[in-house]
Amino acid sequence: MTADLVEVRDLAITFPGGTGAVDGVRAVDGLSFTLAAGGALGIVGESGSGKSTVAAALLDLHRGTGARVDGTVRVDGTDVLAAPDHALRALRGGTAAMIFQDPLSSLDPYYAIGDQIAEVHRVHRPGTSRRAARARAVAALDRVGIPDAARRARSRPHEFSGGMRQRALIAMALACEPRLLIADEPTTALDVTVQAQILDLLHTLRAETGMGLLLVTHDLGVVAGSVDEVLVMRGGRAVERGPVGQVLGAPREPYTKDLLAAVPRIETARGGAAALPAPRAALHAADRPAAAPGPAADASAAAPPLLEAAGLRREFGRRGRRTTAVADVSLTVRAGETLGLVGESGSGKTTVGRMLVRLLDPTAGTLHYEGRDIGGLGERALRPLRSDLQMVFQDPVSSLNPRRTIGESVADPLRAAGGLDDAEVRRRARDLLERVGLDPAWYHRYPHEFSGGQRQRVGIARALAPSPRLLVCDEPVSALDVTTQAQVMALLGELRRDLGLSLVFIAHDLAVVRAVSDRVAVMRAGRIVEEGPVDAVYDNPQHPYTQGLLTAVPVLDPQAAADRRARRAAA
Amino acid sequence: MTGYVLRRLGGALIVLFLLSALVYLLFYVAPGDPAKLACGPRCNAEQIRQVREQLHLGEPLLQQYLHFLQGLVAGRDYSTGTGVLHCHAPCLGLSYQNDQPVTTLLASRLPVTASLALGAMVLWLLLGVGTGLLSALRRGGTTERVLTVLTLAGTATPVFITGLLLLMLFCAGLQWLPFPTYVPLTEDPEQWAWNLLLPWTALALLESAKYARLTRSATLETLADDHIRTFRAYGLRERAVIGRHALRGALPPVIALNAIDLGTMFGGAMLTETLFGLPGIGRLTVQSVRTVDLPVVVGAVLGIGAAVVLAGAIADVLYALADRRVTLT
Repeated sequence: MTADLVEVRDLAITFPGGTGAVDGVRAVDGLSFTLAAGGALGIVGESGSGKSTVAAALLDLHRGTGARVDGTVRVDGTDVLAAPDHALRALRGGTAAMIFQDPLSSLDPYYAIGDQIAEVHRVHRPGTSRRAARARAVAALDRVGIPDAARRARSRPHEFSGGMRQRALIAMALACEPRLLIADEPTTALDVTVQAQILDLLHTLRAETGMGLLLVTHDLGVVAGSVDEVLVMRGGRAVERGPVGQVLGAPREPYTKDLLAAVPRIETARGGAAALPAPRAALHAADRPAAAPGPAADASAAAPPLLEAAGLRREFGRRGRRTTAVADVSLTVRAGETLGLVGESGSGKTTVGRMLVRLLDPTAGTLHYEGRDIGGLGERALRPLRSDLQMVFQDPVSSLNPRRTIGESVADPLRAAGGLDDAEVRRRARDLLERVGLDPAWYHRYPHEFSGGQRQRVGIARALAPSPRLLVCDEPVSALDVTTQAQVMALLGELRRDLGLSLVFIAHDLAVVRAVSDRVAVMRAGRIVEEGPVDAVYDNPQHPYTQGLLTAVPVLDPQAAADRRARRAAA
Repeated sequence: MTGYVLRRLGGALIVLFLLSALVYLLFYVAPGDPAKLACGPRCNAEQIRQVREQLHLGEPLLQQYLHFLQGLVAGRDYSTGTGVLHCHAPCLGLSYQNDQPVTTLLASRLPVTASLALGAMVLWLLLGVGTGLLSALRRGGTTERVLTVLTLAGTATPVFITGLLLLMLFCAGLQWLPFPTYVPLTEDPEQWAWNLLLPWTALALLESAKYARLTRSATLETLADDHIRTFRAYGLRERAVIGRHALRGALPPVIALNAIDLGTMFGGAMLTETLFGLPGIGRLTVQSVRTVDLPVVVGAVLGIGAAVVLAGAIADVLYALADRRVTLT
């Protein structure tokens, strides 16, 4: 027996392969690590690195799924992989509790939140009365900061906001006083300010209860302020492990350096790319947009306005339950510039983006394109302008038709425009694929054969097909890993420079927006609260909301992260 | 919610109004002289003329339809030659066969149909949800394949074949059960159930396959949900995970489909009622079509329409109650 809370030795996990892959997929390959009682370990890696698979193995959630798990896993002295079912059930939730990425789908939509927590409590404390378990659930909800916990315990998950749901899930984890909390991407689905609150909560709870924390995340900024040690994973193996300050501050391994270099920094001005670690060819870091600001940066003020929106307003729903998604937004996009639009979920930024390209009709307000009022144009009159105004969507999976080859998807807008024969359409579609860095020979392949980054390139090629003047990119890199994200941002910067495009770049990630934008507009509750040149807004925010957003952004330096946490606690 | 129900009921009334107009039109263009039909085969020309007068058959179509609507809302008087017969609102007319108000006829048959439909529903839910759940849990195994074949066979076999086989086996062959006759529940509950057991079974075998498939796919969908993983990760027994969480998620579509099916059944399971000799609404409808008893046919069609339209509204409300994320607007 060791004093370690978690001990993982030579862990290897293989998922049964589909047709063709005889040996299956080796998700984790010979991983060993330990976590001391009360310690906090962060496991970071890009998608597919096997980090979540490891987290699930600590509770042997792979049992019965057909996955092959080898090696040993000990949690608080229990040999997890060999434990009989009843011992494993006692461990799950009792000794080690897990919280998940998507707090909405992780709770049962049909039962009240308090009942779900009480149910788990009664499983681990048999003999507890229903009343006592309910009281316990209310206490747990209260402890994680749910206001009016006794009443809210009767709410169902859909009546909670994203942050409150994650708090509720943490309350469920706390219900049985576990010694270890396993958090699998606990803040990935949350807004940056809510993320900061949840991370602060985890920090406080750990200090109060002395439980150990295993934090799995793709976001290096999230681990910086939350754990003592970091394990970097890639392809199922450990790349580097060490104290958080050392791994993030002075990484030894090239992969860790690449990963860190690809993370967009909120504190770096656009011209400041030279200050970054030496870019590595493998990441195409040479064409990071930060290094290629383009000529527009200086010319933007003089350039004529391309698109002007004034007093845009959009309401949804019918009479009784009308909600205002966008209350009053006025903005100008000049020729050749990039306007960043940041805001948290529900702030109305996507609605604004869609109105700018007239995918949605404004309820009120005017929209001028090159001086011409296009806000009230009918579909027929609008058609010639459609090719000028294009959009790139967030989710490259669902925004491509899975039953159409990528070449055909790119060719569709060319066909819709008419005037070209089929051979010419195909030739141009191939050119576009090549332009966005895809092999034109892949014309006949289907979206599922591509990675997320490649699919987003297809989405960009499709948007470029009608030769647009303005491209509205709605969270174009949010679904991508940091290295892929850097590549796609580089591509957008390059296209803007070469084709003279104007971009509206919508994102919730403040660092990403800073890296690509000339000017930035901060949205909150359907209004723009602050707008200006990007460096001015980031370095000297005027509006309290912008200031709050900026202090909530996780930073890579653990010391700075601790300072920020202290500042948030004081505020 | 209340607003929704009211609006939905208003919509149902409009549908029924249109249905009544359509059925009445069919009634009017149906071949044969209604007066002759109403009077019977032994009437002479004078008698037929009198009947035509009594039934206002000489009036224009619109006028007749307005009389019909008036009867529905306020009741209507029929002169029988010797006296006046009052038909209370909602009046759907008088049967040509025996001059009884159609509403009385329908009301007397309703308990039979309701007994058949509700009992069969309990059986098909048990059978369908049970096999559906089992095949979801034994996915890809022999059990699932056997169950799939059995439920498909149940659906594919017409009810008069299943019913006949059941009758031959249990009534004629083994003599475990009586040949069904309807005994009112209020008279003798035990005999009521024994006599209805075979009709229930025949209907349930036919219907349960649909529920088995729906339950199976809905359960599999829920089992793949993240919250199932949550409760497994918190040490719940598999039985509790499935019974409390997976099945609960699969129920709303089952409840909604069941409301609609039940509505349809209230219109009468014509084949089943005829086969087993049960005097329900279905059998009444078949008989009146055969004897061209047009007022009864119109009444039955409207009754069936009302049941189906109402069931649709009830299904929506039940779905929203079963899944609180759904808001009815």
